[in-house]
Amino acid sequence: MDEIVKDFLIESGENLDRLDQELVQLESEPSSTELLASVFRTIHTIKGSCGFLGFARLEKVTHAGESLLSRLRDRELTLNSEITSGLLAMVDAVRHMLAAIQASGKDGEEDYVPLIQLLARLRDEPAPESPAVPGNSAALQQLPTVATAESAAKTEAETAVASPPSSSPAGPKSRGKPRRRKNPPNPDNVGEVVAHGAQEAQGAAHPAEAPAPQTMPESRLPDVPVETIRVGVTLLDRLMNLVGELVLARNQLLQLSGCLQDVGFQAVSQRMNLIATELHEEVMKTRMQPIGNIWSKFPRTVRDLALSCHKEVRLEMKGQDTELDRTIIEAIKDPLTHLIRNAMDHGIEEPEARRRAGKDPTGTLSLRAFHEGGQVNIEITDDGAGLNGDRIRQKALERGLITAPQAARMPDRDVFNLIFLPGFSTAEKVTNVSGRGVGMDVVKTNVEKIGGAVDIQSTPGRGTTVRVKIPLTLAIVPALIVTCGGERFAIPQVSLSELVRLDSEESGDGEKSGKGIELVWGAPVYRLRGRLLPLVYLDRELAMRADTRDSASRSIPLEPNPADLNSINLSAVNVNIVVLQAEGQQFGLIVDEIIDTEEIVVKPLCRQLKGVSAFSGATIRGDGRVALILDVPGLAQRAQVIAEAHAPAHNTPAHDENRSAALAETVCDERALLLAENGSEGRVAIPLSTVARLEEFPPTLVERAGSQEVIQYRGQIIPLVRLSEIIPATRDAEMLSNTGSIQVVVYAEGKRTVGLIVDRIVDIVEERATVESLNLRAGVVGSFVTQGHVTDLLDVPALVRAAVPGLLDGPEPETERI
Amino acid sequence: MTSQQFCTFFLDGYLFGVPVLQVQEVIRFQPMTPVPLAPGAIEGLINLRGQIVVAINLRRRLGLGNRPEGELPMNVVVRTDDGAVSLLVDEIGDVIEVEESTLESPPETLRGAVRFMILGVHKLENRLLHVLDTDRACQISAAETAAAPAAQQSFESIAAYAGR
Repeated sequence: MDEIVKDFLIESGENLDRLDQELVQLESEPSSTELLASVFRTIHTIKGSCGFLGFARLEKVTHAGESLLSRLRDRELTLNSEITSGLLAMVDAVRHMLAAIQASGKDGEEDYVPLIQLLARLRDEPAPESPAVPGNSAALQQLPTVATAESAAKTEAETAVASPPSSSPAGPKSRGKPRRRKNPPNPDNVGEVVAHGAQEAQGAAHPAEAPAPQTMPESRLPDVPVETIRVGVTLLDRLMNLVGELVLARNQLLQLSGCLQDVGFQAVSQRMNLIATELHEEVMKTRMQPIGNIWSKFPRTVRDLALSCHKEVRLEMKGQDTELDRTIIEAIKDPLTHLIRNAMDHGIEEPEARRRAGKDPTGTLSLRAFHEGGQVNIEITDDGAGLNGDRIRQKALERGLITAPQAARMPDRDVFNLIFLPGFSTAEKVTNVSGRGVGMDVVKTNVEKIGGAVDIQSTPGRGTTVRVKIPLTLAIVPALIVTCGGERFAIPQVSLSELVRLDSEESGDGEKSGKGIELVWGAPVYRLRGRLLPLVYLDRELAMRADTRDSASRSIPLEPNPADLNSINLSAVNVNIVVLQAEGQQFGLIVDEIIDTEEIVVKPLCRQLKGVSAFSGATIRGDGRVALILDVPGLAQRAQVIAEAHAPAHNTPAHDENRSAALAETVCDERALLLAENGSEGRVAIPLSTVARLEEFPPTLVERAGSQEVIQYRGQIIPLVRLSEIIPATRDAEMLSNTGSIQVVVYAEGKRTVGLIVDRIVDIVEERATVESLNLRAGVVGSFVTQGHVTDLLDVPALVRAAVPGLLDGPEPETERI
Repeated sequence: MTSQQFCTFFLDGYLFGVPVLQVQEVIRFQPMTPVPLAPGAIEGLINLRGQIVVAINLRRRLGLGNRPEGELPMNVVVRTDDGAVSLLVDEIGDVIEVEESTLESPPETLRGAVRFMILGVHKLENRLLHVLDTDRACQISAAETAAAPAAQQSFESIAAYAGR
């Protein structure tokens, strides 16, 4: 394709996007001369260029639009919604033809005769008693029509001067012909066209008379020298990658210069450091785009939707110039569009209903974007009916996502978040706009894919706000480097709140001073400014125990069982606590050492490691070694710091109803529980809803598949997990010698089945007890008292996942192969 | 008669091969970053000139015994649909050219995960060349770590078949 055609396509594409926006804006302020002039100019430019390039069909369509616009501009017509729709339809037709040109080099086969006729009819209609413009419209319409011919001539002349290549070769003559052919059945029209043509000719003949510079200050003639050039996106991406590599090399250099005591070399590397940082920032900026770029499509979307839903909606946008990385902009486009459609369809009521509710019949949909703490927040607010908590509860019940008692107890906030579950829709009827129940879950997944979060707030009768939080960029982030078990890990600073270091004496006598690490029923906590901060041992979460035991210097007990109560306080040396924020919940991560902060280049994890929830990526450090980036929300969830109901499906996307039910369980506390013994003292409870069957086997049936204990069960091989190995407990001789049978709680998830071996099944109780989240161990939700015993409430799926990672995840077992 | 070139390597005494065109490079042992909580067959991540590549312990993947202490593995970096993956092997052999006619599919008696990862066996003059299906060998999902022991058994049946 010709370079010139390509340029035309790119330019026209941008012009059309602007046109959409301007037309909609024009509809609300029809008297704006500036807007009208701008719209006219845009259309005229396209028309001129396509005449020059020989796209006759495209020219015809744009010409029809232009004629209509010229009458509008000359105040012979006033804009109403019919005209706007006609013009928007023209924009669509042009867009369609441009796509055809892009694909085939020709402007398509379609002639758009009905559209051209519609535009002509609109143009020829006498000025209506304007419904759209109240008040000042009368004055506007009394503008002398005598001025028309003159002003038309002026503009034609002006554009002829402004864009000589586009209009002069085509010339007034060649333009006249197709016009005459276009509407043969309408004799009036022809006459008009001829007259118009004459004006054109006149205008072109006396360009000097045209006072264009005064009347059209935004003339197409560039007043200032061109300061922008077009650069391919791939080039920017490549640049970004190279800068990433440069940052890595810089880090290596700095490390080297630290070792070499050469002053000259250090000076050079310092300078290099500064330049690299600055270069990185600048390159990042080239990829930054104002969020307004994607918002510019929304006025049109809103207008069209409002018409099709028979609603009146005003769109307000704030913070259009908030900048975001290109890749992120692309990624949030669809989720945002969906949220807007949703707000229009479900949120804002019909004018009649709004009037009855005492609200302005015109609904307001507002978009707001702003920076906050290295993140971009986008809020989509409507002043509609709000979410109906009860209806969501009812739907969730119907779909079996929650149980009745849960529904009754769930706070509204949690209920609202149910709408992010797959397949959830409360729309009474499915419309072509929304209501099919796909969407909100896709919104959530897409936003989470780029490291963002979605939250929804709603007040019945007052409206709904959806808040989307997204990172500024994905490529290079500041991070804190820590070590644990001899390995280095990076923690993104976005989730970092503060660092706390406990000196040995401080942590040593925590009990006395109340300053060190204390235990709440085995769960380590630290008093941070008077509040208890749950602590998570990184080495324990990552199952790196063996390594840490080897290094003699580290002696933080790895098993904060009640049995270890004392050792934890006595043996701890300096303790480093990294205070992290995940999903609005703070927790302290205990690491071996805190090294430094560093800019790291995030590289995605390979597919084989996608299932590991504790890491969000990897990076290459200054010394050339690979370091893993901790996924703070994933880690928090793993460690059960945050209630899972608030962070469903963050890393475990596919656990459907089964899982959602279990999630909902955790926020509700009345249910049927299976009680079992673990060791001679320990009692555990398992929600009956997660129990598929209870089985008893003679121990001889247990076989081994490698390191995994398995058993043949109903024609399947199911892996066995011993609870006593996950939650260690002391057992007396009687238990050890009991070889009569093993008791197995069978848990099924999809096609996967796992057997959990417990020491003894005690009872099934209907319990309504307050569960206290004391024991922050993977798979243990909390503790409560039943039948006079302190009992740990287990989350079986989480327990199994923690014990044998991957047993429940990954592809379905492929039985046919065996 | 078409022939194919294989890059060969050894694992616990067995001779394996992957088509030369799939191999990006062969490099010596690299320092590795272990990945906690990862499936067992994943040994760690290596930095291959700025690219992060996952290293798969093929012995563990195929259910063979552990590498003897003190021996460092070699990296055979292969191209897969998801980028480069490094296969850790004991020793590198020659690049050999074999006729396609000498290929036989794995025996029916071969079961489990290994059967799934071996495309076939080339009958060389004095030994057998096991053709590794690299795509499948690199397809590690956590679930298959549990299946690995099954591979152990079945590899013994290869051994029997190979007359070892």
